[in-house]
Amino acid sequence: MFEILIFSENKQVAFELLSEAGKLKGALNARVAAAVMPNSDVNDYFGYGADKVYVLEDAALAEFSPDRYAEAFEKISNQNGTDILLIGSTRRGKELAPRIAQRLSAGCITDAIGISLKGSDLVAERYVLGGNTIASESIKTGKKVISVMPRAFKTGEKQTRSGEVARINLNLDASKIKVLERKPKSGHTANLEEARTLVCVGRGLRQKEDLAIFEKFAGSINAELGCTRPIAYDLKWLPEEREVGLSGKKCKPDLCMVFGISGQIQHTVGIRDSKIIVAVNKDKNAPIFKISDYGIIGDIFEIAPKLVERANTPKS
Amino acid sequence: MDIIVCLKQIVDLKQIRIKKETGEPVLEGLPLVFGDMDINALEEAVKIKEKSGGKVIALAMGSAKLKDTIKAALARGADEAVILIDPLFDAAGSQGKAAILAKAIKKIGKYDLILMGEGSTDNYSGQLGARLSQILGLPALSYTVQIEMAANSVKVTRNMEDCMEVAEAPLPAIIGVTSEINKPRIPSLMQILKASKKNLTEWKAADIGLSAAELGEKETVMLSNLAPPEQRKQVLFEGKTDDNIEKLIDSLMKEGVWGR
Repeated sequence: MFEILIFSENKQVAFELLSEAGKLKGALNARVAAAVMPNSDVNDYFGYGADKVYVLEDAALAEFSPDRYAEAFEKISNQNGTDILLIGSTRRGKELAPRIAQRLSAGCITDAIGISLKGSDLVAERYVLGGNTIASESIKTGKKVISVMPRAFKTGEKQTRSGEVARINLNLDASKIKVLERKPKSGHTANLEEARTLVCVGRGLRQKEDLAIFEKFAGSINAELGCTRPIAYDLKWLPEEREVGLSGKKCKPDLCMVFGISGQIQHTVGIRDSKIIVAVNKDKNAPIFKISDYGIIGDIFEIAPKLVERANTPKS
Repeated sequence: MDIIVCLKQIVDLKQIRIKKETGEPVLEGLPLVFGDMDINALEEAVKIKEKSGGKVIALAMGSAKLKDTIKAALARGADEAVILIDPLFDAAGSQGKAAILAKAIKKIGKYDLILMGEGSTDNYSGQLGARLSQILGLPALSYTVQIEMAANSVKVTRNMEDCMEVAEAPLPAIIGVTSEINKPRIPSLMQILKASKKNLTEWKAADIGLSAAELGEKETVMLSNLAPPEQRKQVLFEGKTDDNIEKLIDSLMKEGVWGR
């Protein structure tokens, strides 16, 4: 039987993949399987749509390693006739997916934002050319590997279901790579991807102290504060978890308000899915206005305090 | 330490225009450059060489114009360069490209480290290092923000979503770097002038022992490649700030996204 296998070391992403696999299942007359790390509750995976769960019990798989996991998935695929592998495109997953593909001589598309069937062809969409365009590509090889962006798909309703459990022991060798330490990141509290309201700042800020008024404004409308890459990486004024864009977070808020951002594609890719975008910029010709619903031409430092005031005194 | 740096020739992304009627990108005639993260990888290789000796070999595949593009890598401190140019290579997908580079790397023969960007700056698929690691049987570590060399091993710090991971691998190893790893220096006029005197080797498919049959077909077929449609209202408020703010808040309340 045709098998679609999903895996992500991030449980939430795994559930998103299960719901998407469930949509392909009928048309392909396939079984949906999930591979899970030891100590996972298999019922969660059945609940979100898995018909079969592979529990990775091999000692070499106790911790995530792209090489060991690639070897395991190669074997699982060959032994069980898995044709499609959907991997969560976290950084670890993105390291894993092409390794599996190489071992299976499979075509691979990473960072997919959409998956569909065109006839019998499996088609995935992803951003290319630095975020300028979306490419739609069909995979021609027998086995296919797609890594899917977190939050590209919605998690379905959890049902009470059960299925087959397969315990995987492959006696794999240990990885050549030794993980010596995992240091927690500081400031890892932001949750921009879930935020319903987002405030973003860019190079229109002159100094770190300028952040204060935007932090205050974000607080006053219950928004998360995000920023462009230069603010997080070059200037380090905000932690990198707050970077929004091609190399940062992709956000889908109802309202996104951006201040002092010119509108380079590397950033706007991260806010493109917002319901409403508001831009404030002193340059009337800034490209950001082209992708905004509402724009104010003016000085962000004059406007931000007034917006704070306005947010704190709702009109009756 | 002998270090191979893989670079990808891409169009200058800042100059891409989108055709309004069709949403197609206009790529013809755009300057060809190396991606930003490729330059970070090259800079890191040069820094390692400055500390522990050895040489830096730039390796790139691309169009005939690569003979020009590669000079930027030589000016930035690569000691020599190998360029792979053959119409046959145009048919290669990710798997084919990895096979081509693996053959070239085997022909170069002696190396301790292979450096590249964590993904190419244009398409960012991140497949090359991962596929190379499986073909060459080498450990590969991506998302690297710091590299420490030892005699027979390399220690890297990787920027993962939930932590900074410190990992160690035996040499030779493949390392993908992020743009945080360094700030590339601007080459001096002297370096630019010297670049054209450095050793540049050009290989075709036959030189690396690769046949069309071995290369196979592309694993994926592009059905379309278009800019996503932007359907924004583009309402602009100009004039007195206080009026603008009131108009904006009114609009946002009507949209149901303010004051909830």
